Amino acid sequence: MMASSYSAKEEDGHHSGSAGLGGDAIRTRKPDNTAFKQQRLPAWQPILTAGTVLPAFFIIGLIFIPIGIGLYVTSKNIKEFEIDYTGTDMSSPCFNCSQSFSWNSTTPCRCVLFFSLDQPFESNVFMYYGLSNFYQNHRRYVKSRDDSQLNGDERSLKEPSKECEPYRTNENKPIAPCGAIANSMFNDTLDLFYIDPNGTKTQIPLMKKGIAWWTDKHVKFRNPGGSNPNLTAVFIETAKPVNWRKPVYELDTDPENNGFINEDFIVWMRTAALPTFRKLYRIIQKKNDMTPTLPRGNYSLEVTYNYPVRSFEGRKRMILSAISWMGGKNPFLGIAYITVGSICFFLGVVLLFIHHKYGNRNNSSDIPN
Amino acid sequence: CSALTAYLHLRQVFVPTESGQGSLTGVDSTLFSLSLSLSLSLPVRTVVSNLPFEDLKKREQPNRRYEGNAIKTNKYRLWSFIPMNLFEQFHRMANIYFVGLAILNFVPVVNAFQPEVALIPICVILALTTVKDGWEDFRRYQTDQQLNNTPCFIFNRKQMCFMERRWKDVRVGDFVRVLSNEIIPADILLLHTSDPDGVCHMETANLDGETSLKQRKVVPGFSTLVRALSVVCENPNNNLNLFKGYVERPDKRRTGFGIDSLLLRGCTVRNTDDAAGIVVYAGHETKSMLNNSGPRYKRSKIERKMNTDVLFCVVLLFFMCLIGALGTVQGTSLSIIQDALHADNGNYIPSVLAGFYMFFTMIILLQVMIPVSLYVSIELVKMVQIFFITQDVELYDEELDSRVQCRALNITEDLGQIQYIFSDKTGTLTENKMVFRRCSIMGTEYCHEENGAVGEFVSPYFLKQETVVVPDRKLMLEVDRQMASIQTGPYLDFFLALAICNTVLVSSVKTLADPFSTDEDESDGFHSSNVSDATGQKGISSERKVKSSPSGSEEVCYEAHSPDEAALIHAAKAYGFSMVERTPHYVTVKLPNEALLKFEVLDILTFDSTRRRMSIIVRHPHTKEITMYTKGADSAVMERLGNVFSVPVKTQKDLDMYARNGLRTLCFAKKVEVLEQEFRAWSAVRQEALSAMDEKEERLMETANFIESNFNLLGATGIEDRLQESVPETILALRRAGMQLWVLTGDKPETAINIAYSCKLLEHEDLFLYTNAVSVICQSVCKMRLEDTLGELRRSTLAPGADHQFRGYNSAFTGPLMEPSIGLVIDGPTLSMAMSDELVEQFVELCKHCRAVLCCRVTPLQKSAVVKLIRQKLRVMTLAVGDGANDVNMIQAADVGIGVSGQEGMQAVMASDFAITRFKHLQRLLLVHGHWCYSRLANMVIYFFYKNVAYVNLLFWYQFFCGFSATAMIDYWLMIFFNLFFTSAPPIMFGIMDKEVSDSTLLSLPELYKRGQHSEGYRRSTFWIAILDAFYQSLVCFFIPYWTYNGSDIGIFAFGTPMNTVSLFTIILHLAIEIKSWVSLLSASSLHKTMTKTSLSLLINI
Repeated sequence: MMASSYSAKEEDGHHSGSAGLGGDAIRTRKPDNTAFKQQRLPAWQPILTAGTVLPAFFIIGLIFIPIGIGLYVTSKNIKEFEIDYTGTDMSSPCFNCSQSFSWNSTTPCRCVLFFSLDQPFESNVFMYYGLSNFYQNHRRYVKSRDDSQLNGDERSLKEPSKECEPYRTNENKPIAPCGAIANSMFNDTLDLFYIDPNGTKTQIPLMKKGIAWWTDKHVKFRNPGGSNPNLTAVFIETAKPVNWRKPVYELDTDPENNGFINEDFIVWMRTAALPTFRKLYRIIQKKNDMTPTLPRGNYSLEVTYNYPVRSFEGRKRMILSAISWMGGKNPFLGIAYITVGSICFFLGVVLLFIHHKYGNRNNSSDIPN
Repeated sequence: CSALTAYLHLRQVFVPTESGQGSLTGVDSTLFSLSLSLSLSLPVRTVVSNLPFEDLKKREQPNRRYEGNAIKTNKYRLWSFIPMNLFEQFHRMANIYFVGLAILNFVPVVNAFQPEVALIPICVILALTTVKDGWEDFRRYQTDQQLNNTPCFIFNRKQMCFMERRWKDVRVGDFVRVLSNEIIPADILLLHTSDPDGVCHMETANLDGETSLKQRKVVPGFSTLVRALSVVCENPNNNLNLFKGYVERPDKRRTGFGIDSLLLRGCTVRNTDDAAGIVVYAGHETKSMLNNSGPRYKRSKIERKMNTDVLFCVVLLFFMCLIGALGTVQGTSLSIIQDALHADNGNYIPSVLAGFYMFFTMIILLQVMIPVSLYVSIELVKMVQIFFITQDVELYDEELDSRVQCRALNITEDLGQIQYIFSDKTGTLTENKMVFRRCSIMGTEYCHEENGAVGEFVSPYFLKQETVVVPDRKLMLEVDRQMASIQTGPYLDFFLALAICNTVLVSSVKTLADPFSTDEDESDGFHSSNVSDATGQKGISSERKVKSSPSGSEEVCYEAHSPDEAALIHAAKAYGFSMVERTPHYVTVKLPNEALLKFEVLDILTFDSTRRRMSIIVRHPHTKEITMYTKGADSAVMERLGNVFSVPVKTQKDLDMYARNGLRTLCFAKKVEVLEQEFRAWSAVRQEALSAMDEKEERLMETANFIESNFNLLGATGIEDRLQESVPETILALRRAGMQLWVLTGDKPETAINIAYSCKLLEHEDLFLYTNAVSVICQSVCKMRLEDTLGELRRSTLAPGADHQFRGYNSAFTGPLMEPSIGLVIDGPTLSMAMSDELVEQFVELCKHCRAVLCCRVTPLQKSAVVKLIRQKLRVMTLAVGDGANDVNMIQAADVGIGVSGQEGMQAVMASDFAITRFKHLQRLLLVHGHWCYSRLANMVIYFFYKNVAYVNLLFWYQFFCGFSATAMIDYWLMIFFNLFFTSAPPIMFGIMDKEVSDSTLLSLPELYKRGQHSEGYRRSTFWIAILDAFYQSLVCFFIPYWTYNGSDIGIFAFGTPMNTVSLFTIILHLAIEIKSWVSLLSASSLHKTMTKTSLSLLINI
């Protein structure tokens, strides 16, 4: 530090010397008189006055309330039907299934629930399964997967990531797909039947493709072995996840929907953000004619009850929902907009009143600017 | 030619050592130091010449233990830079905290992120600091190299001449020659100069900024020394004014020397063709290097407050993590996950242990709570703030061509919080450019009215003209009369005393032609009128001389140590008594009749602050009688007068009058016809005292006091010290801004009070308490008075308006509060009594009620004691401003020290945090820059806390919905770069550019400053409100998306990324609301950040 101050001094001395000799060529230390250095950059200094604040309140109110109403009405018009089939009640048809559960039972437990729709669903209907109290967002759960394995990497298939522990290997064979997420995949089967008023049951066709994100299906998830159609051979060295009944290459018969690129599997692997969630199960496509997708009437839901939720006090639901421009049914956003809009408007009115009544009192003491 | 003589001279000195080499090598240097430690009882160093040992190996050199002259101020070396720098950086708690967390992340049971990614932010911060430090250090290295490679001349025995070498080659014991206008490479004991009197002048501007020349003398008697020498002196120390030692010859004879034989490193040799000597201290051991302690580190008030708030954040973080841990222990029903995860080998982790682990995981997750970039950002902002302060064109002084200097780098915002100002008087409030105003000779008062008039109009060239003294007509005639008739007399003696009784140096530099034609006209006018009045021929001639001298080419130039001396010698010159030459033994004065008088100087008793006078003993060239002329403070001279007639009484009356008018007074006296023998005897005693090693000062004082008695009073002078430009306005503004102003001065009360009135520190209607040592004899009386005053004060404040005679109101400042405006004047002795332990409480209490306090006759130590007392007792922010060496203590004691670079050298500036050139700059520095820096920094710090808490709480709220598992719904990268990229630039720009109020408003409404004084920008409550605000905003930012997406099929990152975006928008919008003025740069930076952020989050979302 000494040295630097030293040299500064030297400069000074040198300068004064040259100033004495040089005369004209005096290099002054006068700071530049620029807007930046003198902190005089052009600036906009907004001053909040009643004249600017009050209109802002009203404008916010007037914009938000219509948006809110629009959202609310749209959400209200979206038809949604939900049925809980957990079977915790004695009366529930699925009670027996929910009580007698073991991961490895070979005989599937079936139960049938009846319900009726008061209003027809006109457009495409999305069929969801919903789980409650299922912490798919638990940190260790979320981490327990191997993305490179799922992306078809051969090495990861043989040597899954350590993150998958304790679902990494089974009987010295690598598990495919490894990890807790895959292991706990939802495996109930839901079938929907329309019961005519005359009593005949018609199965409603459910589309199982197109329920996953395009990027997931085509980029993030890939079967190992490239285009080898024989998945059985590809997965021969691997073990199935502990809780699964079938190995991964038997998830579907369609080769485009089998193995890691099975869409049900992909949907499950996209972990839900909140403990109460739904996941897209099937899509009921709108028929070409004028009849509604799901006419009003009675329906039956046949459940192959495989997935245990009793241990964590979870609930299972089946949801039928139509979709609009704002997504699924959600009254909250509309209400929130209306509330904020109304509060702003109300505040605007109150402030206008106050301003009108007391505002003229201290005009003279405005801050000089 | 002179170089040749120097060479010959040195050859003479050193050649014998060639033959004496054997004997010298035999001399053990330890023997020297042994014998010395006995005689000096001080650690000493012994230096012997290197010449005889030139051929020896390095480790056999006698001076090998002393440091070389190469300096190294850079802290690091190339190979050790990284580890050393990191070690330095880990002295900062925040860095340890973040590195600790990053390491914690590598522990598998607690890790929250990918450990490698979590290292990025702290690495970036450390790297930035490292680069900054590295750059600074490299700059230091470069300047060192430049200095080390400066050429100089070292004597070489083989070549028998001075060889050109580099500074770094200089070793202790070398003989070094310095030519005129060269910088001295090391501390050199002066052994030879080209000057026949053995004198060398050096300019110490590089050291203390004083441009006056200092005279250095060759070690007495050295030139006759023919044998080898060894120099014994003190160990290196940083006292620039003290140096003792002796040269020992082989025959054990010793010659003492002092500081006046030492050439200091960094100074420049002037007026001397060449000088040579032996190096005694080199490199880092030189006095100048020891004196340079680098910039001081002060911690500002905001920073202290901020540190406690960081602690609060840590506590908050602790609680949040505790909640997380408890939540885990409580165990939400996650059995499926538990089953899934912890079932390995049947080892369940007990829930308490899981909670314990979770605590640490949560700390890692929520670490952003403590703003990692806060410290770096603050440093950055302060750097730019300092840049802006120094760039302010309003604080630039045209005359001195200097800007405001910021020497302390991190207390800019303290400028905005000052409550008490302690100011020096002379040179700070006043110009310290002395003008000879009045004199009283033999009881007759001569007022130089014209000189007073010059000061009335303020011209830009005024400063250069204080040398022009317009003589008083009446006095002129009187002088001429005495000149003409008897050639002696009190008038002549008076002016002779003025001319020679000083330490002014004369240099006959040709000055530039006088450009001030207007003034010359004026003086011409005066002279022409005078000529018509003048009766004697000599009168006219003498006036002509006075007139011609300022514009004449044979102008003599005086270099005075103090402005008083300059004023006096110019006054003497105006009356025709001009000193034309001064050598150590002679002083030549030109009389009005052009005759030259060459006095032999027998001794000079220099000025010191205890005696408060100086004397010169001369032998008159004609009469050969020994005369002593003395000048000094009135009390110091008056009490030593020999015969008391009416003259001293009248003079005393004049002196009192001068003091009332705010003039600085000096008395002049003469002691005639000291007997030759008497003087001889005294001189012998004096010499003995001079060469004494112990109690030198006391013995010198004794001898001085002995001879300085029985004076005849000649007269007195009154010198005016003009107030600086716009001092009253500045004081008024500072006071309106709520600052208490104290003036601490060494002057006497009358002068101080007058200055105080003229600068509006005291108003005439103010109540005025005056305590001085005469009225207060002992402590009990002092105590009584203090209590009385306090009692009265309390009564009057309890019953406002009851006693109008007692109080003076000043409604302009205090408004409806009706505080009595009291001015307290206290002098040094009383002050020390009042500051004694039992009275200090009352004194402080009294001071709190006073609008202005004036302390007179205080010592530098008292000044700093007062500052410390007020600072500690009242817990206020203090600022001390001064210009002289006597203010250094005070400047260092205050929270903010301001040096005024003025006439009295640069010591105050060197000790200060900020250096200004005029007192009036204080107004802008405090009211505008202080306010800006304070409000900017306060807002920025608050904002930093706010933004981090607002952001981190999103993660915290999420823990309630993910089973307290420390899941982050926001992508790691987004989270980690939150502080580094997304939210760093806007608040920094905010801290640099925001302008709450324009400078013109701040200057016209000083009351706005009170906001900073009461710390309204950054209080504990402000901090908590910001935290609560952050909590609220994070709740909104979390729960609106939560309710929107609850029950839907949203994925974790699809949920978190919009939340992150919303939160960032809110945080930036919050800043937008905080910003008071939108500069294009600022808005651009925030816009840019939002855009980057949005595009990035969109990318990640896919």
